[in-house]
Amino acid sequence: MSDHPRVIVVGGGLAGLAATVRIAEQGVPVDLFSMVPVKRSHSVCAQGGINACNEVARQQGYSEWQHMDETLYGGDFLNHQPPVYEMTHWAPKIIDLLDRMGVPFNRTAEGFRDLRLFGGSLFKRTHFSGASTGQQLLYALDEQTRRYEDKGLVENYEFWEFLWPVLDENGVCKGIIAQDQRTMEMKAFRADAVVMATGGCGVVYGKSTMSVICTGAAAARCYEAGVKLGNPEMIQVHPTAIPGEDKCRLMSESARGEGGRVWVPRKKGDDRKPTDIPEEERWYFLEERYPKYGNLVPRDIATREIFSVCEEGYGVGGGRMAYLDITHLPIETKDKLAAILEIYEKFTGDDPRFVPMKIFPAVHYSMGGLYTEYEAEERLPVPGDKLDKVWGMKDGDPKNMMTNVEGLYAFGEVNYQYHGATRLGANALLSCIFDGLFCGSSVANYVKACEDKAADKPEALYQKFLDQEKAKIDKLINMNGKFNPYEIHARLGDEMTASCTVVKNEERMLQCYEALKEMKAQYKDIKLSDTGDYTNANLVFSRALGDMIVYAEAILLASIERKESRGSHFRSDFPDRIDDPFHKTAVCSYDVENDKPILEWEDVPLHMVELRKRDYSK
Amino acid sequence: MSTKTFKVKVKRQDEAASASYWQTFDVDYTPNMNVISTLQKIAAKPVTADGKDVAPVVWDCGCLEEVCGACTMVINGRACQACSTLVDDLLEEASVIQIEPMSKFPVVRDLWVDRARMFNNLKRIKGWVPTDGTYDLGAGPQETQEEQDLRYAYSRCMTCGCCLEACPQFTKDNDFMGAQIFAQTDYFNSHATGKLLADDRLDVIMGEGGISDCGNSQNCVQVCPKELPLLNAIASVGRQATIYSIKRFFTGKK
Repeated sequence: MSDHPRVIVVGGGLAGLAATVRIAEQGVPVDLFSMVPVKRSHSVCAQGGINACNEVARQQGYSEWQHMDETLYGGDFLNHQPPVYEMTHWAPKIIDLLDRMGVPFNRTAEGFRDLRLFGGSLFKRTHFSGASTGQQLLYALDEQTRRYEDKGLVENYEFWEFLWPVLDENGVCKGIIAQDQRTMEMKAFRADAVVMATGGCGVVYGKSTMSVICTGAAAARCYEAGVKLGNPEMIQVHPTAIPGEDKCRLMSESARGEGGRVWVPRKKGDDRKPTDIPEEERWYFLEERYPKYGNLVPRDIATREIFSVCEEGYGVGGGRMAYLDITHLPIETKDKLAAILEIYEKFTGDDPRFVPMKIFPAVHYSMGGLYTEYEAEERLPVPGDKLDKVWGMKDGDPKNMMTNVEGLYAFGEVNYQYHGATRLGANALLSCIFDGLFCGSSVANYVKACEDKAADKPEALYQKFLDQEKAKIDKLINMNGKFNPYEIHARLGDEMTASCTVVKNEERMLQCYEALKEMKAQYKDIKLSDTGDYTNANLVFSRALGDMIVYAEAILLASIERKESRGSHFRSDFPDRIDDPFHKTAVCSYDVENDKPILEWEDVPLHMVELRKRDYSK
Repeated sequence: MSTKTFKVKVKRQDEAASASYWQTFDVDYTPNMNVISTLQKIAAKPVTADGKDVAPVVWDCGCLEEVCGACTMVINGRACQACSTLVDDLLEEASVIQIEPMSKFPVVRDLWVDRARMFNNLKRIKGWVPTDGTYDLGAGPQETQEEQDLRYAYSRCMTCGCCLEACPQFTKDNDFMGAQIFAQTDYFNSHATGKLLADDRLDVIMGEGGISDCGNSQNCVQVCPKELPLLNAIASVGRQATIYSIKRFFTGKK
């Protein structure tokens, strides 16, 4: 298909599929690239739910405005406010749309959509579909995408890996270079705009709750090609995951939302079976320290509390684990959580309906990512808004969620917007779909107005980038060095997890910086165990490893330079939030010459809600 | 510390067109291992039990939480997800763990198979709700919790292929669609808007490779990792097809 304008979407999760549907709907053909069949994208793993104010919440005094306020407060005010305003005000419409698409949301007795509690809010405003909401939402969008595929407006490139953006002489994005992971064929693809919707970078940390494809390599490649990163240091560690040999498996916040309680034995090193420990010898530390929110404190707080009680020796049997207990809940509630309880049972052999689950924090979500801009617009308030004048995002403006590289957009988790310093539970699904739908129109408008068509660009431009990527692969395959890429990756994960997750301090991070330098040198001296030119998974992994190290450096630099504590970024050497000078976005650009990140600080504009101390203990 | 090892026998195939062969690996045992971590260990150091350096084993996987459906393989003779299959359980049944690709789909390489057929069939049955677009047009149809329960059960199908691997009717070279498609047909036909395309779906289901080819062996329901009500789906779709065929007969619709 060569009709232009056309758009490339890289990534088939919620953000990518929502964008694809929105753009195709406006008659613009889309080439959809994904490492996996899109129905298997990582969004499928989201469990808990999706936030939106609805009539029931509204009549209890909740509003879109409050949803916005909770998002800003939860994100420790690092978020830009107009996009958050827009997202939260769109949330009810998005739920309606998903409902129309057939998502089986849980229902009330009367047949309306049911709601559950979630961290960071005292109102029920989280819509859900069992405990596998992400799966149902992704499938609904996958189905709509298939419909456009059937109409010939979407071309699916599954098992294709994004390698590099094609930038023209003006630095404008005009396509991508990609590789088929089966035949290893490499090709240049023309497009008038490219949407990156490639998700998070958990694999940088070795074990995380993310899928094995969530390496952050695509984002890192854009960064190496000139796209800035925003707040890369903001990595959310989920408080409750099942530690595993190959990965950490998520245990959704909905377990706490539905009444699950977190506790450890009161006596250090107590190794009795949890069911043998009487109530008075259990320490419900979240409920004790945060009487108002209890087990529903935001994730960064729950994470730090669980981490620190274990550090103090109160963990289960003295180890690094706490109990997440749902055994006391009624059968109906346990049924609502069935999808996640089954996972626990399958992977540990214990039935959480009768035995408390053993959990520990694990790397979960990247709030930072590709730096993007938007067009703010002054509006008249709607009911619930607390000001006379409010600021949202201008509908359909081509600038919305475009990176600093013209024509290159970033949607969903890979986009640094919306979450600030901590993502509020059940806001991720919303932000991804919102980006896809709302900013999908922006992309369509951009390409329709674009006069400098990709179709008219000289073939030489594409050939140049293709040759460049081919040369990189030849070099990698022909290396005959000493180091095993999997071993380097294991060390990268260990180093990053130890220095850059729940608690950070300068000394340990500088040590990690040195280790990264060493890994970089080792990476230049690796040997691939597969040098073939067919389905070479070894090559795909090893290539991503180089990009992960580059990305890790940006995470680390911003973590070192942000000498304060804010949301998920907690510095033991700077335990307080310091607004002057750190109420700012950390913006990293890649210095190609010296192969290192350059960090600049950018003001966070305040529009509607004033900064206030983030405190959930009262 | 003495390292305990166990043997893993992997069925390999270099390319789609080439012949398959077996290789055995010794893998270091650590507690709580699953088949994925076993394969990861082999990938990191691909040396066979008799000391030969070989190309690393290739497989397909994603979330490792038994939700994405990518890592289905045949392990000790059973189609299941490699992520949720634990080594301890396998070693209880046999001293050597045997891993092979699913037999009903074309092999891409080693344990990685091409399941595009399943996704293409979803296209054939118009596996979607025909919405009027993504604009703000209000809520979808109301439904009861009972209706949601049934649709939710269907909506958890992760297109993994276990039901088809176990099905005696489904073969590499016929065009039988199998339980996965019947369940999805019932899923969409049971939604108030989705059912607007019910006749189109039933036309497909009553055509070649459709419901009449189902031998009712009931193997599918026994292997479905998400316990989808597949027998219910087959019965329901069969019933819908019968009613539709009578309707078609009397209205003269072709």
